[in-house]
Amino acid sequence: MKIAIRKGRVVDPASKFDAPADVFIAAGKIVAIGQQPTDWHSNKEINADGCVVAPGLVDLAVHVKRGTLATELAAAAAGGVTSMVCSPDTDPVLDEPGLVDMLRLRAQSFHSTHLYPLGALTKALAGKHLAEISKLAQAGCVGFSQADHGVLDTQVLLHAMQYAATFDYAVWLQPEDLHLAKGGVAHEGEVASRLGLTGIPSIAETIALATHLELARVTGVHLHVCRVSAAESVAMLRAAKANGVRVTADVAVNHLHLIDLDMGHYDSNFRLSPPLRTSRDRDALRAGVIDGTIDAIVSDHTPRQDDAKQLPFAEAAPGATGLETLLSLTLRFADATKLPLSAALSRITHNAADAARLPAGRIAVDAAADLCVFDPGAYRLVNKASLKSAGKNSPFLGYELPGVVRATVTAGHVAYDSQG
Amino acid sequence: MLSKKNLQLNDNGDLHHLLAIEGLPKRIIERILDTAESFVGINEREVKVVPLLRGKSIFNIFFENSTRTRTTFEIAAKRLSADVVSLDVARSSTNKGETILDTIANLTAMHADMFVVRHSESGAPYLIAQHAAPHVHVVNAGDGRHEHPTQGLLDMFTIRKYKKDFTRLTVAIVGDILHSRVARSQIHALTTLGVPEVRVIGPRTLLPADIERLGVRVFTSLEEGLKGVDVVTMLRLQNERMNGALLPSASEYFSRYGLTPQKLALAKPDAIVLHPGPMNRGVEIDSAVADGKQSVILPQVTYGIAVRMAVMAILAGSAR
Repeated sequence: MKIAIRKGRVVDPASKFDAPADVFIAAGKIVAIGQQPTDWHSNKEINADGCVVAPGLVDLAVHVKRGTLATELAAAAAGGVTSMVCSPDTDPVLDEPGLVDMLRLRAQSFHSTHLYPLGALTKALAGKHLAEISKLAQAGCVGFSQADHGVLDTQVLLHAMQYAATFDYAVWLQPEDLHLAKGGVAHEGEVASRLGLTGIPSIAETIALATHLELARVTGVHLHVCRVSAAESVAMLRAAKANGVRVTADVAVNHLHLIDLDMGHYDSNFRLSPPLRTSRDRDALRAGVIDGTIDAIVSDHTPRQDDAKQLPFAEAAPGATGLETLLSLTLRFADATKLPLSAALSRITHNAADAARLPAGRIAVDAAADLCVFDPGAYRLVNKASLKSAGKNSPFLGYELPGVVRATVTAGHVAYDSQG
Repeated sequence: MLSKKNLQLNDNGDLHHLLAIEGLPKRIIERILDTAESFVGINEREVKVVPLLRGKSIFNIFFENSTRTRTTFEIAAKRLSADVVSLDVARSSTNKGETILDTIANLTAMHADMFVVRHSESGAPYLIAQHAAPHVHVVNAGDGRHEHPTQGLLDMFTIRKYKKDFTRLTVAIVGDILHSRVARSQIHALTTLGVPEVRVIGPRTLLPADIERLGVRVFTSLEEGLKGVDVVTMLRLQNERMNGALLPSASEYFSRYGLTPQKLALAKPDAIVLHPGPMNRGVEIDSAVADGKQSVILPQVTYGIAVRMAVMAILAGSAR
């Protein structure tokens, strides 16, 4: 398959390349940028006039279920995402190499977005016994996580980090003190008090994060902090990085836009984990992304059936669908903060890939042909009909968002083409 | 998946659902209180029935049990000549896997005109109002920790009966503010009606985060908080609050926050005492206060019927 992407503005944040150029793809790789190779015959031409040609997006937080894998991979491609890291809280939990093999093989059979699984750090994510993480790594796991289950026993966590550090595996943790967060469904503050919802205080995050950072410091493990939500956490991460702790971090893109007030009268599409917090927290998260304290912006894609959301707020399942809004919301974030396009894209391309240690997120000759072609000036309406994901649970339903994906190329295949 | 518009009002600005006091305009609260005034007379007549809601079907749907509240709504509906059906859903269909919205759809198919809903989760009546047929009215009879608007309204009715002018009052709300839907409804009603000083009094474990943002003064000392107040409203302390680490014991709570005649003496001499019931004598309130001459706890119950009649009559008279 030979593909030519013509007349686009090529933006590669890693190399700081930003200029009009044609891109030529053959045998799954980028073979030329700018100058057409001699004797070139395209099987497919993509007209990128007026569009940005960016590295395919790298999304570090996707929740998938085996039954809907095909739909969600299609949603990823439609969203311009060519690499996604999926959480181990599948059913069954990814705590055995055979399960990882099955998931990866099934994902590969669709020739679409690359799926990189995280393995369970502990068996059944129960936080008691270590999973066979070395075998899981050999099966293709790129890191080890507790999803949103946490670990109550700090000694288990210490041992898990020591063991992971032995083989230089990364440990991915969402910081949440399970006792302080118990029963909570919204940020503890004025809005939760008004609505009569049980709060999750910011200290539920910072106390766990302090523990994780200390354990990372003494074990030397690569700690990836998932879904930061509180202003104080950003300051803690900044200090830890300055002190040489091996830590990377991500934030869900929803948290760069929304705050607790936005849930209105109990809109369950705004029930997220961690919860949406205040404008002060949002501003600190934005600053953390801009100065690099937070390496990656993620979708935290969590598709839910309508049944799981059409419940009283506290009973509704947490999470939002997100693969198809990651790009648009990142562009909206860049617009709101006057962040240059290339810098914003870096958080969903090579910075994200580097944090997860994935070979992705760059446009270069001989690099894998993972590309996203989008029109940055076009707007699209987010509604249930326009979302390909099985989950229609977006807090941005009814919003007009910037950025329309025209084509997604994954490993040299056209995974998505808006022209059909 | 709920809209952000004010569900409670129709396009003319009239009350269509009663879900919360928060967001209700003052004129609507006053209209309910004025209408209730006219129903107090009916309740004192020999024939206590008016035909205002003849032919209307009202369903009391209690996802959480409450005999008292359900009974007052039943009486109110019957005095308006409505057909009333009460369902204890807590013990029936939802335990068999039927969702709230299925229950509502089924009852709507039986030509319901009004749902009176009690639920243990905050916000559940909003979910129902959002999915109800356009002609159906929803009354929140208490949702989780959020609001109990008819209780808040009957408390306002009672205060107005005894104190006339809201704009000169200091009102103290005492006890478990954190878990209390009554407290939230009272706070919003009092601030909307122009009460210049609303106080909340309780230990820090029972005060919600940032509660002062609702326009109240926070006191942790009962003695300090009661000084010079015109109205004291006591909140019920659930026994289950002793199970965790919120409070050491009922008797220690009573020693600090129980309303005794000595502590009540710190309030104005003509201060009145309210309690939404059911009371825990000797936990939040001393019997000498509960049965004393400053107590208006039984009149509250009586006025509760008139206020609920007023709410139902006003809702039935509005259309969308």
